[in-house]
Amino acid sequence: MAIKSRRLREIPLAFAMLGPSLLVLITFVLYPLGKAVWLGQQTCDVQGKNCKSVGWGQYTNVVKSDQFQHALWVTVKFAMITVPIGLALGVGLAVLADKQLRGMRFFRTIFSSTIATSVAVASLMWLFLLQPSVGVLANLGWLHNIFPVIKEPGLLNDSGTALWSVGISSIWANLGFTFILVTAGLQGVPKEMHESAYVDGAGGWMRFTNVTLPLISPTLLFTTVVLTSRAFQAYGEMDLLTNGGPIPQDSTTTVTYLIYGSSSIIKNNDGLQAAVAVLLFVILLALSALQFRGFGKRVHYGS
Amino acid sequence: MALDTAPKGWRSFARYSMLTIVALFILFPVYTTVIAALKPGNKVLDNPLLPNAFTLDVLKNAWTEGRLGRYLMNTTIVAVIVTSVQLVTSIASAYAFSFLKFPLKRLVFGIFLSTMLVPLEVTLVVNRRTIDSLGWLNSFQGLTVPFIATAFGTFLLRQVFMQIPPDLREAAQMDGLGHWGFMKEVAIPLVRPTLGALGLFSFLSSWNQYLWPSLITTEDDMNTVQTGLRHLASSDLDKPNLIMAGTIIAAVPILIVLVVFQKQLVRGLTAGAVKG
Repeated sequence: MAIKSRRLREIPLAFAMLGPSLLVLITFVLYPLGKAVWLGQQTCDVQGKNCKSVGWGQYTNVVKSDQFQHALWVTVKFAMITVPIGLALGVGLAVLADKQLRGMRFFRTIFSSTIATSVAVASLMWLFLLQPSVGVLANLGWLHNIFPVIKEPGLLNDSGTALWSVGISSIWANLGFTFILVTAGLQGVPKEMHESAYVDGAGGWMRFTNVTLPLISPTLLFTTVVLTSRAFQAYGEMDLLTNGGPIPQDSTTTVTYLIYGSSSIIKNNDGLQAAVAVLLFVILLALSALQFRGFGKRVHYGS
Repeated sequence: MALDTAPKGWRSFARYSMLTIVALFILFPVYTTVIAALKPGNKVLDNPLLPNAFTLDVLKNAWTEGRLGRYLMNTTIVAVIVTSVQLVTSIASAYAFSFLKFPLKRLVFGIFLSTMLVPLEVTLVVNRRTIDSLGWLNSFQGLTVPFIATAFGTFLLRQVFMQIPPDLREAAQMDGLGHWGFMKEVAIPLVRPTLGALGLFSFLSSWNQYLWPSLITTEDDMNTVQTGLRHLASSDLDKPNLIMAGTIIAAVPILIVLVVFQKQLVRGLTAGAVKG
């Protein structure tokens, strides 16, 4: 009886404490998701008004369209460039710096430093390196004599090198983050494990693959998931470095850029934007489920 | 402990050499940025690898004409509002889920959790329309309100609150300590380290937002540092030293914040990066 009355008595307090959060989360997360699903079968005018239903077939049309498939392929390529290389570099740096030596703090600070760069800061630093007229590389005579593409048309303007260039900028920007996570993982590996493996005659590489890697596998899984979702949601890099171009190949138009990009073909149609956004949501959900399932079985969480 | 066979001195020399080479590679873009920002316009393009001239005028220009001062102020306002309100709403809702009794608790908690599955990029098409219909384009409300509550923060704090034994709450109640007192005396002190990590994470995420402000900001006066840099880069591409000066001004505050809050960083990242 007492419990029941308490259950009811605390309703106003609970409402006051949860209400604001609930209102914001529903208005700006759940409602937009539902509304985007609905909007995805409509077509809107340039101002985003007067949306008319064109039927659920719009989703299938988007999936079948060259533009969507191309953007998805670019996104997958971008992830396949940035995730493995970024992870390998992060692990390499963390292992290199994982020794109690004089001055190691200094190196760790440098390796972590790119975490302080936002996507705009990092992208503009790389824009200044890569840009074909005012960029650093383009103004080093000897370098663009060997690699003419640096000046004509420019690494960001050549359809063969644009995605890689954006990828390298993105890998650099994420390196500090990956380094910090993997370093934290390495610090959790007990020293005795290494010593007993050494006594058993395991060399440096063997100890790394048989002791270190399995023990930091939860960190590696976590980092992979985060880097992949970042790659799929990357936008600022493309906006600042390439505008989704070079055209006409749209070599750096990823799915996120297709939705929001200022030079995107669907930028004036909220209905199509919503449809692509919903598809991106489905893809990201499927992807993280897949990563946790496939990878999860091989991850060692310790005893 | 000399675990390895090669002479120790040689091994550490090899390691230091590698560390130095890698460090130079990582710092290279920072180096070119800094020397460009310190050069007058006519010197930027000849010899971009050498600091062959020095002036602070470009940094000053970026601050005033480049409007970095204004952008920094806008970003600070946004990040401080989002972070502080997020901490309050997260504490309040985490407390309610942990210590209050009310009907439909599991359902409401489920609603909170489900929002963590929705990536930002999916909701912004509709959020831009919502903000437009509220008349909040080019406003601080538009930049902050969608982010002042977070399921992630609620969830994180609830995890810690749940470690408080129910007996303790009962005992406190016997002693006449109400919810407000219990929260102030017991619950909040317990989550203080988590609040630090959460606060840093919220601040960084808010400061670094790029896509959302670029969708709802059309007036230069309302640009944040990130969209302001975009504006600077598109209008002054012929002055790379000015853009690089702007980049440095934009990066320095975060650098300072990270140095001051180093301890919270790792904790915040490992807990928070899922939502990144």
